[in-house]
Amino acid sequence: MNYALWFQLASPEILLSASGLVVLLIAAWGGVQSLRLVSILTVTALFGALALSLNFLFDPAFAEGADAFYGQYRMDRFASLSKVLVFLSAIGCIIVAPKFFARGNMMRPEYPVLILFATIGMGLMVSAVDLLTLYIGLEMQSLAAYVLASFLRSDDRSAEAGLKYFVLGALASGILLFGMSLLYGFTGTTSFIGIQTAFGDGVSTGALFGIVFVLSGLAFKISAVPFHMWTPDVYEGAPTPVTTFFATAPKVAALALTMRVAIEAFGGQQAVWQQIVIFVALASIILGAAGAIGQTNIKRLLAYSSINNVGFMLIGLACGTPEGASAMMTYLIIYVAMTLGSFVCVLDLNDRNGAPVEDIGKLAGLSRTRPGLAAALAVFMFSLAGIPPLFGFWGKFVVFDAAVAAGLIPLAAIGIAASVIGAFYYLKVIKVMYFDEPADVIAPSDSPARMTLVLMTALFCSPLGYFATLALSPVTAGAAKALFWSA
Amino acid sequence: MNDLGFPILSLMLAVPMAAAIACLFVSANTARWLALIATLVDLALGIVLWMNFDIGGAQWQFVERAALFDRFSWALGIDGIALMLIMLSVFLMPICIGASWEAIQTRVGEYMAAFLLMEVLMIGVFAAQDIFLFYIFFEAGLIPMYLIIGIWGGANRIYASYKFFLYTLLGSVLMLIAMFWMVNEAGTSDIPTLMAYDFPLEAQSWLWLAFFASFAVKMPMWPVHTWLPDAHVQAPTAGSVILAGVLLKMGGYGFIRFSLPMFPDASVDYIWLVFALSMVAVVYTSLIALVQSDMKKLIAYSSVAHMAIVTVGLFAFNRQGLEGALVVMLSHGLVSGALFLCVGVIYDRLHTREIDRYGGLSINMPRYALLFLLFTMASIGLPGTSGFVGEFLSLVGVYEVSSWVAIVSTTGIILGAAYMLYLYRRVAYGVIKSDDVAAMPDLTKREIALLLPIAIVVLWMGVYPESFMAPMRKDVGALEARLASAKPVGDAQVKLGATPVLSPAAHAEEGHH
Repeated sequence: MNYALWFQLASPEILLSASGLVVLLIAAWGGVQSLRLVSILTVTALFGALALSLNFLFDPAFAEGADAFYGQYRMDRFASLSKVLVFLSAIGCIIVAPKFFARGNMMRPEYPVLILFATIGMGLMVSAVDLLTLYIGLEMQSLAAYVLASFLRSDDRSAEAGLKYFVLGALASGILLFGMSLLYGFTGTTSFIGIQTAFGDGVSTGALFGIVFVLSGLAFKISAVPFHMWTPDVYEGAPTPVTTFFATAPKVAALALTMRVAIEAFGGQQAVWQQIVIFVALASIILGAAGAIGQTNIKRLLAYSSINNVGFMLIGLACGTPEGASAMMTYLIIYVAMTLGSFVCVLDLNDRNGAPVEDIGKLAGLSRTRPGLAAALAVFMFSLAGIPPLFGFWGKFVVFDAAVAAGLIPLAAIGIAASVIGAFYYLKVIKVMYFDEPADVIAPSDSPARMTLVLMTALFCSPLGYFATLALSPVTAGAAKALFWSA
Repeated sequence: MNDLGFPILSLMLAVPMAAAIACLFVSANTARWLALIATLVDLALGIVLWMNFDIGGAQWQFVERAALFDRFSWALGIDGIALMLIMLSVFLMPICIGASWEAIQTRVGEYMAAFLLMEVLMIGVFAAQDIFLFYIFFEAGLIPMYLIIGIWGGANRIYASYKFFLYTLLGSVLMLIAMFWMVNEAGTSDIPTLMAYDFPLEAQSWLWLAFFASFAVKMPMWPVHTWLPDAHVQAPTAGSVILAGVLLKMGGYGFIRFSLPMFPDASVDYIWLVFALSMVAVVYTSLIALVQSDMKKLIAYSSVAHMAIVTVGLFAFNRQGLEGALVVMLSHGLVSGALFLCVGVIYDRLHTREIDRYGGLSINMPRYALLFLLFTMASIGLPGTSGFVGEFLSLVGVYEVSSWVAIVSTTGIILGAAYMLYLYRRVAYGVIKSDDVAAMPDLTKREIALLLPIAIVVLWMGVYPESFMAPMRKDVGALEARLASAKPVGDAQVKLGATPVLSPAAHAEEGHH
């Protein structure tokens, strides 16, 4: 028992929790005037947590990772890398928000606070090595997310998105809990490693149901087909900065969590979950691509795009190998950059009255009225489609390479062929921006912060990103290795 | 590094890349000059490259290697085949820029940037020595071409650009999976090493098919050629030139660099498939070309027929066939490019590609008629022009393997003469039908400056092909040696007295008598 070490291992979450309580008090007593202070404090706290996580990620002393709180919480390179991504996304989502909510005067100091609490939940999720920690983290994140989705109280769509998200999210949590109770009942433990040991002599039918329910609940959280239905509605209805948040940080956390559950808890029984993951992956790729074709709202389109991308990442998980997990982490890093970039571009699409534009048709001729923004959005679209030489290709590259190395050649072949369907709708956005006559509805940008963020992510997604591969690969490989420590 | 003391191939990629970025930020006229200068610098570098290429020396020259990326490296290097195709690319590029000088008036900077990017990617494809680097260059070409067709294309450009993009993308993705498998198996992504690696026989078949899907679409072979006429017709003139001149050659280059040396046994197993598709293509697309009323479409279909001669020659597995196919590729690059320029010249004046709208151009445009005639003849394969050398060698090569394929393919030459002469008669001969045609001025100095260099090279290649074949000879020899074990037994065997020069099989049979 070493509380000092335990607190040190959990320091990112502890820092965030303490700051969360402080900013909550400031927000409660300071009111709307405290917005700026709260935002700055929250971002500072997130940067602090980011620094702590980066330290764990690169400090050789923590290379092996360590358990804390009697096997409830684990700090390893996998968790640290996921947290780095989560914190970065959260920071981005706080920075871009004020300009959006300024219209209609809807910005409240609760926004950064809620993001902060959701982030704590996500930190717990990626570090969870016990079903109970997992559930607490997940619910902490979800509850904050439900409120965030309906943050524009007076807007019908936002309220609807929040309600939908809550009802379906609660259902998914129920499914997840039911699965956990089955697992506990049939294995007698809630710890991942305990479950893995219990599965050493095979999986009973009851426990199999448990696995299926747990994976279903998690599939809802990562919006994988067939539990994806809420995604387009929630993404469309939620305020765009919140959508940006949903598409990045919680996605990272939920995917990382899914990986850890599948590989650590169910590690010995790969044959059992592998076919489920393969089905979910292919279904997400194909339905995500096909569903996007008819969309006219760019936020809905990006929602389907994220379903599609989750499918590709799950191919990495389906491999069940360290290479597959490493590929998935690489893809996740690139995905976060691409998604963050595209949503910030969407945030910058406002008409001359400052009202947000979400209709793809209204982007017509954007390449002439806003060449820089159009070029950035084109980079993100080609990158999401996985067309070389853009960096999005690298994500698909490593994932499919891992699938081929793991012998899943038919899965790789079908997956990559289906990516061509996806290319169709990404091309549509580029066609509208570049080929059509200007509609001239989009006003010039009024936010240097957004433009800086777009520029940074666009440069990362451009071919320049390949120069990062040499630095990135050891990090993702190290993270993946941490997942397989028990195997 | 190489004897020159500087990484010339990287420099050839860097010059147009830098110019492409600069073009986005300057005025229309500056962009034109910038693009022209950059492409001319690249042409000069290309000539330096050719001058310093050691014919008969090491197989891979000007090799550069830098471990810049994870899992693949920045590996460049060329053999004689790549050298010739790079020369073709850098030669056509300034001409393309010149052809767009007046025809493109909107968004000039972006247009020039797209073309310069295209040049980077074309050179990259031919110079890449890492299989994944090759794939990146190969696929990346879709983006600028999609934009060129979609932004500056004709009335139906959107459909054509989508079709071009999705067709070629679908063709290529399976190749990537095959590459992963190969690299896993062989443990390297280095192309020269992979070319010498013997893949297991049962795997070769699948790998070959995956690569074939990609190259057949790119080539294009019947029945996956349908994107080509659409793309050609809708693309601006220079886009068609680069598409026909260089992009189609990537398919042929892929067969030479990957399919044949890496999977020799599978190549023989699927020889029937290649021959069957090629024979259909030669006859069918030639017949389609005969009935076209749109000039660009006619030339596009003729490209499919010519590319079928290339595949037939490549899969003849002998020196004549391989060299013939390569010369057809070079010759077709020049000739079809020139023909598209010829169409562009009159399109710029009358803004229609309807053949029936023209007639009697030899009366008011004599210089144009002369050059157009030369390129028409070169397309047909008249002796003395580049077309003859390549087609003759290809057909001789394939005759050794199969008389039937040779006979059917040769009808393509006859049909080719029919549709090209028919086109020429309708456009250049006869009487001038309308006033607007009569008012068309002859070639301007700029247009002559574009067409004349091509004409000279076409004649040069026709009269003294040795200049172009010499650098490739050793590489073709190496490829032939690699294929020797798998070589099919042909149906044309020397039976009587004559020196057994053709194939080892023929020689062996001779010995029994």
